[in-house]
Amino acid sequence: MSEVFTPTPAWQEQIFKVLKEGGIQQVSYVPDAGHAHVIRRVNEDPDMRAIVLTTEEEGVAVAGGAWLGGQRHALLMQSSGVGNCINMMSLLQSCRFPFLTLVTMRGEYAEFNPWQVPMSKATQASMELMGIKVYRAERADEVEDVVGAALDFAFEGGEPVAVLLSQRLIGRKKWLRN
Amino acid sequence: MSQVQSSNSVIDRREFVTALIAKCPESLIVTGLGSSTYDVFAAGDRDKNFYLWGAMGGAAAMGLGLAIAQPDKSILVITGDGEQLMGIGALATISAQKPSNLTIVVLDNGHFGETGMQFSHSSLGTDMSALAKACGITNSYKVTDMAGLEQVAQNVNGRQGVTFAQILVKADDLPRALPSRDGVFVKNRFRAALGLAPF
Repeated sequence: MSEVFTPTPAWQEQIFKVLKEGGIQQVSYVPDAGHAHVIRRVNEDPDMRAIVLTTEEEGVAVAGGAWLGGQRHALLMQSSGVGNCINMMSLLQSCRFPFLTLVTMRGEYAEFNPWQVPMSKATQASMELMGIKVYRAERADEVEDVVGAALDFAFEGGEPVAVLLSQRLIGRKKWLRN
Repeated sequence: MSQVQSSNSVIDRREFVTALIAKCPESLIVTGLGSSTYDVFAAGDRDKNFYLWGAMGGAAAMGLGLAIAQPDKSILVITGDGEQLMGIGALATISAQKPSNLTIVVLDNGHFGETGMQFSHSSLGTDMSALAKACGITNSYKVTDMAGLEQVAQNVNGRQGVTFAQILVKADDLPRALPSRDGVFVKNRFRAALGLAPF
């Protein structure tokens, strides 16, 4: 697939800024295009640790370990990864670990791939069933505020919190070769 | 189905764990659910133990987050073959991070001990220390008798890189030794031992 150069949207840099200023020192991820900028920025930052995962539930456990050791962690994943995390999320409730995850949505807006849809439809409800507070950011101008609110709720309020970043925000994926 | 290793194992898991912790008194320990949690508790309760009673497959990944957060402390994950097999990808994740202070001890009895002693993959052809090595954890080895304890303790205390130690233990069904199941209490006690506020 050909890459079309587009400048990084401001909201992606704002997410990095919120994490950095919020004292996040560990960021684990299974990549998604919508997280690519933040992942790159974390990798470049000497005071932050970027942790690539083989599957998303590892990140839930890493978050618990980070907090045991006194560090704040954030998990970046796409909606399909939420399903992989379900049983591991029992760790959050059993131990009341603060937890922050940012989830880029697939399967909800101009989706080309039907295989992304079933988990997308279940993403919010499945996290809520596991006791996670779910916020949603639809527009670029609300991302910074919503992510900041989620971070505070997680690490000041002690809750497990997710932010869903809508597929419309991320934009249509280019599927066809030029 | 044939059993490939457990019948030859001579190590008593509780004896091994008790001796290892005695040699690594400052280590921060995360235990995998089931027998490994009981073994570590049976060796003596410590504030610096974090006992998992669930979250199967998460012990090593939890050890990774802790190792990154506490780079000057020795982190010791003590888990079983079944628990580690469920989180096998974490070995690749840990290898990519290369924390100098993380040791993963797998007490391998080749069975799922909590559920009726069914064979695990470790009895059925999977070589766990070879697997860890293939993930890039070069200091990965098997321990077949108590003499091997010394090397594991040196690795824990030396903090010279990631260690994966597969301990071939007898497939005994030992009496349970049950630590607190209150995760919030165990978490806050652990954090307090590091000088961190409860939360």
